Amino acid sequence: MSDTGTGKPVPYMERTRNYYRALGYDNDYVWAHFDDAPFTRLSKPLAEARVALITTAGPPDLSNRDERNRKHVWSGDVDAPPATFDTDVAWDRESTHTDDRETFLPIDAMKGHVAQGLIGSLAPRFHGAPTDYSHSKTLTKDAPEILKRLKEDGADAAILTAL
Amino acid sequence: MSLVARYLEENGIPTVLIGSGRDIVEHCGVPRFVFADFPLGNPCGHPWNKEMQAAITGLALRRLEAAEGPRTTVRAPFDWRNDDPEWRERYNRIRPEDRERLLAIGDARRAKRGQAPREK
Repeated sequence: MSDTGTGKPVPYMERTRNYYRALGYDNDYVWAHFDDAPFTRLSKPLAEARVALITTAGPPDLSNRDERNRKHVWSGDVDAPPATFDTDVAWDRESTHTDDRETFLPIDAMKGHVAQGLIGSLAPRFHGAPTDYSHSKTLTKDAPEILKRLKEDGADAAILTAL
Repeated sequence: MSLVARYLEENGIPTVLIGSGRDIVEHCGVPRFVFADFPLGNPCGHPWNKEMQAAITGLALRRLEAAEGPRTTVRAPFDWRNDDPEWRERYNRIRPEDRERLLAIGDARRAKRGQAPREK
């Protein structure tokens, strides 16, 4: 653990609970919780690995949403990403903005790391993961779909950036 | 997003999650976590600061080789803007004068979603 910060991390779970109670909701959201976590070692040197990007942002045309407005996995070309993104998820709209894609989908930064030889290559597609209130949908539909797409692209590892 | 990281890792893809909601990510537990202590929205660095974005993503990539086990958190060595020291208090803050407005937002939200109205 490296912890050199000057402030205490924001208690987002407590803030969110209190906010929804203030909206008049009785049932608190239950965040996923596990005592342990899986761990897989990289199968090849980092300098040879193909790395994929996964973000929580959506496409500007909202084409990742169905008729009931439920979000689904979507993918984009790292060489031709959309000019703008749907960032309608929970983030701090008063303190910052999401006008710079690189702050939540760092395609240029990753290409720089490829050019400098830190990683072997960037996977040709990035993927958009729905931020869903349903743990079950995430685990039975969205995550398997992302895994399938990563395998199609030959990705050895993934960087996930949560807005 | 933490659940996706766990699923990929369980299925043979090593992952690093870069995020700013430290309590939420650590509550779930992920294989490797780079914590960016910024307002939610810019986990990979301050807007338009390419040098910082390269540093944070580089730190994340190096964790793929450096991490020795799961549930490791590394804090990115950057703070939010010096001219905004109050940012930590801002997200979802509830001031007394907001109470009625927030209840009205909740009522509208329940109506839009076809949910039962609040008991008054």
